[in-house]
Amino acid sequence: MTKTSFSIGSVHFKNRVLVASGTFGYGNEVKDLVDVNKLGGIITKSLSLKPRDGNPPRRIVETPSGMLNSIGLANIGVHAFIQDKLPYLRTLDTAVIVNIAASSVQEYCDVLSLLEQEEGIDGFEINVSCPNVKEGGLNFGTNCAMTEEITARLRPLTKKPLIMKLTPNVTHVSEFARAVERAGADAVSLINTVIGMAVDIRTKKPKLSTVTGGLSGPAIKPIALAKVYEAAQAVKIPIIGIGGIQSAEDAVEFLLVGASAVQVGTMNFIDAGASVRIAEGIRLHAEAQEIDDVGKLVGGLDANVKFSVLQSWL
Amino acid sequence: MQQDIVRVQSNVEIAPGLFLFKFVSDPVAAAAEPGQFVNIRAAYGWGPLLLRRPFSISNVRGSSIELLFNVVGAGTRMLASKRPGDEIDILGPLGVPFRYREPYETAILVAGGLGIAPFPFLTDRLEKLGTKIITFVGSRSVLDLRQIDLNNIQRATDDGSEGFHGTVVDCLANYLAAHRVDKPKIFGCGPTKMLSALSQYAQAHNLACELSLEGDMACGIGICQGCPVEQTNGTGKYALVCTDGPSFDCRTIVLPS
Repeated sequence: MTKTSFSIGSVHFKNRVLVASGTFGYGNEVKDLVDVNKLGGIITKSLSLKPRDGNPPRRIVETPSGMLNSIGLANIGVHAFIQDKLPYLRTLDTAVIVNIAASSVQEYCDVLSLLEQEEGIDGFEINVSCPNVKEGGLNFGTNCAMTEEITARLRPLTKKPLIMKLTPNVTHVSEFARAVERAGADAVSLINTVIGMAVDIRTKKPKLSTVTGGLSGPAIKPIALAKVYEAAQAVKIPIIGIGGIQSAEDAVEFLLVGASAVQVGTMNFIDAGASVRIAEGIRLHAEAQEIDDVGKLVGGLDANVKFSVLQSWL
Repeated sequence: MQQDIVRVQSNVEIAPGLFLFKFVSDPVAAAAEPGQFVNIRAAYGWGPLLLRRPFSISNVRGSSIELLFNVVGAGTRMLASKRPGDEIDILGPLGVPFRYREPYETAILVAGGLGIAPFPFLTDRLEKLGTKIITFVGSRSVLDLRQIDLNNIQRATDDGSEGFHGTVVDCLANYLAAHRVDKPKIFGCGPTKMLSALSQYAQAHNLACELSLEGDMACGIGICQGCPVEQTNGTGKYALVCTDGPSFDCRTIVLPS
């Protein structure tokens, strides 16, 4: 049997496919459609200290092979999460990673400290890369010193894995990966959405209420692969690859360029069972390649381009 | 809620650009209530189109689900090209149905354009309950409604080519000023501007009124948070069209006027 599991710090993941923050709610919304326990892990919707209403409509626009969103971190707040959502997540037999978003360094610390007192949370993913809020978000995520400071301030507050979620909207994502590694992060996840825009030519107005939003979906996969590849050259901590994954083949590409695991995002909106099928597809791919551990695919890219035989693109 | 690959039963252009689309699903047919919707894409994905498209359930006959749609963009153009036997990927039934079993005597159905979509199903259920129905249908111009099962229709057109010359809400107001209607409840569906006018009218005359809203949504099941509508009470500033609606008591939401 091919080994699919892996660990980050103390946390065991049964496979290398997790569901990305904001694309799977708090898990219970889709329990009729998918066996959540077959996921490598769930990453919750971003939580802030107080509930957030989010941005006015229009929040979503489809674009070729992708979607723009400007949700604005609408969420129920950490207290309602602990009371209403965590009890269900505790019943699951899969890793539960809570995503935290905040508009100040202190708020990140406060939310993490509150969650640290609760049972049933395996680790934290820190969102320093939301493009759709005025305070925090990208102001942090595009500032390398600030990203490092947030990591350093959070590190002493928990022994659980601390995963920093990075934005692609910077010149060199490797500098940010190095900075958070230096400050004690256990892993990085990338990429968050790419800043994008769409215009209604009849009204001459932007289609999103916030003018720009975050692009996700298959449209951003090549960008994501290049960013993951760049980060993988720079750091030793595990990288979780995110961006437009629709199939096991897509996921394996991320593993080959150096991701230890992947997150599936936008595809969950369309097909809640996609992540479980992708995890199974990765296992089958490894089996077909006669590899006894999916982990052996990680970083397996043969960068010797000169002699590569191109597969037909027809 | 069911996600399934199902077959198209028929797909007919019953008026220029207006399609009556039927597919077969026992579980959806058994569970569906008027006012609910299904979220659809082509089976196994549809190329550069990514997201599902939400459609009101227009009627249910046996295990056959009917939808009414206009071709307005790439997704509906793709659906319009589907032929009997083709496969589609459906998720549904979704959303909060019309509360049509509450105590009232006369159901007043008010549709603007393609807002007729959920009303054949509602009409069927109301007829089975023996509820009195008056249906107001507004459109830009003449509309062939012969293949759409509605009851007791009053027509309004923007250009005056058929029925009342004016908006469907003015048509309703004129009718109610001239006729005595016992304990009515209004059910509205149509463009936001029309629903906003209907909501104002209903509240000014203290009439029970439910509105069926549209929203730009990615998932249809409350995860993406893409379809907010401002609410007057409840926790938070917004409700979600997909899971708190699409049917809302008009007093609980704020529509852009």
